[in-house]
Amino acid sequence: MLDNIRMAFASLWAGKMRALLTMLGIIIGIGSVIAIVTVGDSLSGSLTDSLQSFGVGNITVSLQQKSESDSGGGAVRMFSMARPSEEDLITDAMLEEYQAAYAGSIYAISLESALGTGTVGGGEDTASVQVTGVNAQYADANELELLCGRFVKDSDGERQLAVVSDLACESLFGRADASVLGKSFQAAVGEKLLTFYVAGVYEYDDSGYFSMTGEDPVTEMYIPLAAAQKLGEADKGYQSFAVVAASGADTAAFLDETEAFFSSFYTRNESWTVTATSMESLVEEMTSMLDTVKLAISAIAAISLLVGGIGVMNIMLVSITERTREIGTRKALGARRSDIRLQFITEAVVICLVGGALGVALGVALGSVGASLLGYAVKPSLSAVLVAVGFSMAIGVFFGYYPANKAAKLDPIDALRYE
Amino acid sequence: MQQPIIEMRGIVKRYYIGKPNELEILHGIDLAVWPGEFVAIVGESGSGKSTLMNIIGVLDRPTEGSYTLDGVDVGKAKDSELSAIRNRKIGFVFQTFNLIGRTSAQKNVELPMLYARAPARQRAKRAKELLAQVGMSERAGHEPNELSGGQKQRVAIARALANEPALLLADEPTGALDSATSRTVMDIFHELHRQGMTIVLITHSQQLAQECQRILTLQDGRIIGERKGAGRSA
Repeated sequence: MLDNIRMAFASLWAGKMRALLTMLGIIIGIGSVIAIVTVGDSLSGSLTDSLQSFGVGNITVSLQQKSESDSGGGAVRMFSMARPSEEDLITDAMLEEYQAAYAGSIYAISLESALGTGTVGGGEDTASVQVTGVNAQYADANELELLCGRFVKDSDGERQLAVVSDLACESLFGRADASVLGKSFQAAVGEKLLTFYVAGVYEYDDSGYFSMTGEDPVTEMYIPLAAAQKLGEADKGYQSFAVVAASGADTAAFLDETEAFFSSFYTRNESWTVTATSMESLVEEMTSMLDTVKLAISAIAAISLLVGGIGVMNIMLVSITERTREIGTRKALGARRSDIRLQFITEAVVICLVGGALGVALGVALGSVGASLLGYAVKPSLSAVLVAVGFSMAIGVFFGYYPANKAAKLDPIDALRYE
Repeated sequence: MQQPIIEMRGIVKRYYIGKPNELEILHGIDLAVWPGEFVAIVGESGSGKSTLMNIIGVLDRPTEGSYTLDGVDVGKAKDSELSAIRNRKIGFVFQTFNLIGRTSAQKNVELPMLYARAPARQRAKRAKELLAQVGMSERAGHEPNELSGGQKQRVAIARALANEPALLLADEPTGALDSATSRTVMDIFHELHRQGMTIVLITHSQQLAQECQRILTLQDGRIIGERKGAGRSA
């Protein structure tokens, strides 16, 4: 067997150019599969990562306008500008009831009430902030890294405390450490100029959208929920809120239960209802879409492999014709049919494996270039490489068998006499 | 008396059997070659020489008649058994050398042993011995395209001897060589004969046949004459 492999490499080396051209189909096929899988992994990895920062396990419960007819149109409604009136909003009473009913499944309920965008700091150095009133559990639902100080507490009531990003803090005070805690600053929100006291500073995660565009990011500034409602003269109620399921809870089932629970309050409401969605379901949707794309491209690659395999068969047939005398000699020296067959199948497999190896190298190179362009480096998946190697070997055996068998069945006399 | 190496009785070979163009090449050959003999089979082209050689070499089967090679009835053997017989009992020497290209002289000599499933170390050792025997030790690592015709034929003879065959079957072994190298090759055959090897030499050259012990003349598919050769001194 070892001699067979050595012989196969020798004859491959003797016709380098021909072998390379033959392998091209396999190189391209294997290479594109590996590259696509790598880029796909990178894409879904970066997608999952960026969605994770929004909290994948979170269930978002939000008011949605009922469509006039139940058939479709929901997506359009979501973007319609109609605002619910105060009696349509989700109330604290509903939330309390909900919390009591599903105490075991709820880890945190994160409430927020947007006050609006504003500017902090004075003179040249200003920072844009999104001022949002939140409850204490907001921190549990969203991954926030506090650098110093503390987060908003429910007992803060209507006190004008603020948790700002390190970026905004730098603009305000030129530094972002414990020395700024308790200091006051002014924020222009809408028409109003408001005074807040720094309660805490969190680290801004710059892996998101703004880091790509290079613009100064608008960072969140968190204030107590009650303060926001009072300052904004907002309605007592919520258009939406987020629930974090307790670890171990079945998020999908809990999502359905939550939607059913809140919908029951809206059965008699003519224009509004409640829907619950989770990032997890979004991620799943995206991932399955990516998988479909991967599959489609893999199918195209499979065709390329098929063409490559036929190329291998062709070159093996040519090679066998050229080496008819050699085959005759081998038979005269006592080679059995099985010896000849094995020799040529080995040769076909070696061509395919070398092609496969070059394809893997090409795919890994293209894949890592693609992945680094996407900004999310992944290792090429080992399983894809193994499948590629196995597949190219199978092609070698499959497309090598016919020519090899033809060689094995040659009549030794005819073969020896062949010119 | 010993058993003959080759024992043929009434060998007939026909082609295109049952068709209008049926052709009978050999018309009943009786032949016995004894151990240690050096026999020449001479004949003009078209005499059936090649067909007879193919049958002796177990590359082909006779249509009729029986052939026993070194005690093995070839007529009943299956295809895979014929391979084994060629491998173990016959050493072929061809006119055109038929060395395997891009393969070193030593690997060429090892080939019959490879098909006999001999272990690698044993193959290498025996190949080196055989190459030394034909004076090709220094060229063991060379590939056929780096060797002259005479050198190629010496490697081919070493290869033919690899599995210690019962019969050395040489088909016009000097046909592609000049007279000086032909002499070297014939000297090797005589030396092997002296050591007890049974050799059948197929040739059209009366001069070469004269060197053998016994000369059989083939014409139109029949052995028409048998005479003693002059031996080596000729």
